[in-house]
Amino acid sequence: MRHSLREAFNRIRSFFRRDSLDQELNQEMASHLEMAIEENIGRGMSAEEARRQAIVRFGGVQQSLELHRESRGLPWLDTLTQDLRFTFRTLKRDYGFTIVAVLILALGVAANITVFSVVNTILLRPLPFPDSQQLVRIVEKDPKAGESSKTYTADATQDFQQQNHSFQSVSGYFAFTGPDNFKLMGNSQPMPVTGMLVAEGFFQTLGVEPSLGRSFKSQEFVKHAQPVALLSYSFWKRQFAGDPSIVGRAIDLSNTSVTVIGVLPNTFDFGSVFSPGAKVDLFTPYIMDDFRDDGNDLALVGRLKKGVTLAQAQSEADQLFPQLLFEHKHPEFKPGYTGQLTILKDYVSGKLRRSLIVLWCAVGLILLIVCVNLSNLLLARLAARSKEFGMRSALGAGRGRIVRQLLTESIVLAAGGAGLGLGVAWFTIRYLAHQGSIALPLLSMVCVDGTVLGWTLLIAAGAAVLFGLAPGLRMSDSNLQELLKDGGGHGASEGRKHGRLRSMLVVAEMALACVLLVGAGLLLRSFLRVLDVDLGFEPSRAAAISVDFDDREKAATRAAKWQEIVERTSSIPGVETAGISDNLPMSRNRSWGIAAKGKQKNSAQDFVPVFVYIVSPGYLKAMGMRLLQGRDIGWHDIADNRNVVIINETVARRLWPGQSPLGRTAIAGGAEVQVIGVIADVRESSAEDNAGAQMYLPATKQFGPEGEYLVLRSKLPVAALARSVMITLRRINPGQPATEFKPIQALVDHATSPRRFFVLLVGIFAALGLLLASLGIYGVISYSVTRQRPEIGVRMALGATEIRVQFDVIWSTMRLALVGASVGVVASLAVSRLVASLLFRTAPTDPLTFIGMIVLLGAVALLAGYLPARKASKIDPMIALRAN
Amino acid sequence: MGQSKLDLLQGTLDVMVLQTLEVLGPLHGYGIARRIEQVSGNEVLLNQGTIYASLVRLQQRGWIAAKWGISDTNRKAKFYSITKGGKKQLAEDTAYWQRLSGVMGRVLAMQGEGGEQ
Repeated sequence: MRHSLREAFNRIRSFFRRDSLDQELNQEMASHLEMAIEENIGRGMSAEEARRQAIVRFGGVQQSLELHRESRGLPWLDTLTQDLRFTFRTLKRDYGFTIVAVLILALGVAANITVFSVVNTILLRPLPFPDSQQLVRIVEKDPKAGESSKTYTADATQDFQQQNHSFQSVSGYFAFTGPDNFKLMGNSQPMPVTGMLVAEGFFQTLGVEPSLGRSFKSQEFVKHAQPVALLSYSFWKRQFAGDPSIVGRAIDLSNTSVTVIGVLPNTFDFGSVFSPGAKVDLFTPYIMDDFRDDGNDLALVGRLKKGVTLAQAQSEADQLFPQLLFEHKHPEFKPGYTGQLTILKDYVSGKLRRSLIVLWCAVGLILLIVCVNLSNLLLARLAARSKEFGMRSALGAGRGRIVRQLLTESIVLAAGGAGLGLGVAWFTIRYLAHQGSIALPLLSMVCVDGTVLGWTLLIAAGAAVLFGLAPGLRMSDSNLQELLKDGGGHGASEGRKHGRLRSMLVVAEMALACVLLVGAGLLLRSFLRVLDVDLGFEPSRAAAISVDFDDREKAATRAAKWQEIVERTSSIPGVETAGISDNLPMSRNRSWGIAAKGKQKNSAQDFVPVFVYIVSPGYLKAMGMRLLQGRDIGWHDIADNRNVVIINETVARRLWPGQSPLGRTAIAGGAEVQVIGVIADVRESSAEDNAGAQMYLPATKQFGPEGEYLVLRSKLPVAALARSVMITLRRINPGQPATEFKPIQALVDHATSPRRFFVLLVGIFAALGLLLASLGIYGVISYSVTRQRPEIGVRMALGATEIRVQFDVIWSTMRLALVGASVGVVASLAVSRLVASLLFRTAPTDPLTFIGMIVLLGAVALLAGYLPARKASKIDPMIALRAN
Repeated sequence: MGQSKLDLLQGTLDVMVLQTLEVLGPLHGYGIARRIEQVSGNEVLLNQGTIYASLVRLQQRGWIAAKWGISDTNRKAKFYSITKGGKKQLAEDTAYWQRLSGVMGRVLAMQGEGGEQ
């Protein structure tokens, strides 16, 4: 045992001391021969005979040297370094080929790594919390109306916390936090910040510990407690330059002195898990007593006890939730809660699973096309090098050695491609991770980690085998000596066989590209359909800004301020209309109930869940919403404290089917309201979901707004208005924070961003696939034209016209493309069923998409065939024949 | 056929080298090769060059050591000598070969008596 270890060590050492060892051996052998000659002479031989005998007895200096090396060093490594050195030399000589091959590979690998890192982060990796598989999100079983039906009241939450036996802890956060809901007062202008209200035990439930300072304490969740806040890591870095002494200091948040008690760790990104695309700057306690009357507003997260399964917890929840009270004050009112438990990870990534898998398959296809393409290139190169291989075989290289040489080449190419690809992917991934505008969960946590590197290694090795396979197989079933004889594989039968293999590869490439194109086409068409949806409002040319002033909770003050703001901003040159709402479509949402006033007192069943907007006059017009019947809210409604409501078509249809709702009385927000108008449905949460029920109420005593957004519609670009609007707002309210103007279009874009992201990626992949496939077809046709030069020359000498020759070449191209496309269409029909659930108002067999993509494929193939065809028709028969 | 030389069995050359060094003390490659030829009565088919593969192998296993020196004929040559480990190995190999040749002898003798002759 010990000696074999020592031998291995010595062998490795010898491998690196090769030259000095060789030299030593040469000396030793030389002295050996001299001694032998001496002895032979001593026995009476002539000098020449003595030398001859000595060499004969020695038996070949070179063989001895080889034998010595083999038993001394690492022979396989010797062969490998030889192969590598040779590979580098040949690749350097064919640098054109090398560059193309490595670039193509790098593209394929980069696409794969990028998508894999996203898949890894969103689907494969656990959430960045300890024992994250115990974390459960609790929502209503059938969420009818946005966030309000995914949340619970403070009382219901407390009851569930006390009654359940399945959870270690249950906590939640305030689901209706809008962006920029606090003003951070500093030395200069007030700065808008986003603060998330979290219930007691939220961070403990998640298992998140502050990296500085401490977490919230129980006594900080009681009414009138000393206000405290935890900072997010990025906000701490950005706003306080990472100063640790901030802990314990007080900051001024919206005119309240709040003590900073800690900083959350860098790894905790609330937005990326719970609210994709949102950034949260700080966290404050959600004090239940402040929210008892506010309805459903807590989004619940729980941590299961050890050993409790999801099913057990679910069955307990099915018992408990229907019994929960909306408010302790009104025990007679049972809202009929339900609780659907979902593992947090599945809740976060569940909806994306399909899309990501499709994306993953798409890049897989790309890699396949890349491999087929490289296979093709290598085959072409093999044909050009057949003489070389014949020669090497004649000089004694075994078939195994030559195949190994080929494999070494593909591994070197794959390694180069993978290395470059990894570099490209690294930049792409960094870019993606900083895209706050894409509403994908966990995107900010995408990075190149060990798993990603492992995957890179795997696909590089897989690719090397895949594209090295065809040339290797061909080499092993061809007669090497024949190659030498027939002058480079140009023999008729050999050439045809070769051509057939390459044609098959091209057909495969075309088919794969066709599948990608059809998939991308279907997704693109869906995306266009989404953009085409009538949103019910006009996002272009409208922008919103969060306004802020102290209304001292008085409706009259507020009404006066609102009127002042609206009137003064709408008189700014360029502004068409202005209006205020406490909520914008496709951002946060909130719902109440509305019912037609009946003869008896309305019961819970009469109420329809409805999205609520507290708006000023002019808001509907500023958003570009369409008033179908009746009138807008007027300033006099607010001044007279008249409870009026504007409903959308859906509400009108539900409450008063077939009748005019105008002038009727409804119950909403705990008061009687009179319907004064009906507007066209507005897409509330996204362009893809159906519009829900909506109502618009004036900001009277009865209905207090939560935050205020000023919406302006103008002819000018937003940037041009920003300054004058800000000046006007500051004049009205010096405390107006320097909030950003947000185009309404951005809200829509944010809502459609996941789809846009997928369409963009799949589109890029499809374009890449098409490019590679057309390169492949071009390579094959162009090669066959070169090979058939003499034949074409003869035909032209015999009178074939240029057109005829061109037509023949193009026809052979189109034949390949056609076969490829037919296979591709069949495959696409199968594959399109898989993407069906991702499509929007588009059939998976959408004929227009299929025809369009086939035409596109044909057109590209035509172009790829036309270039060699032109070359063929320019062949001079005299030259071609002479060259033969 | 009796005239043709014996092909060396795998591993036998190593034992021969060790034994030669054990008996004769430090020796250079040529000396070892000559000695083996002489002892075997020129019956072994030995390309003298192959001895160097054997020498490097033994050296790497730590069974022999090498040192440059001057031969009797005043030439620079590499001298090999057996080490402690080498001696132990030689003892093991000797026992093995003796057992093997004993068994082989007995088996072949049995065949000779009961054969068809």
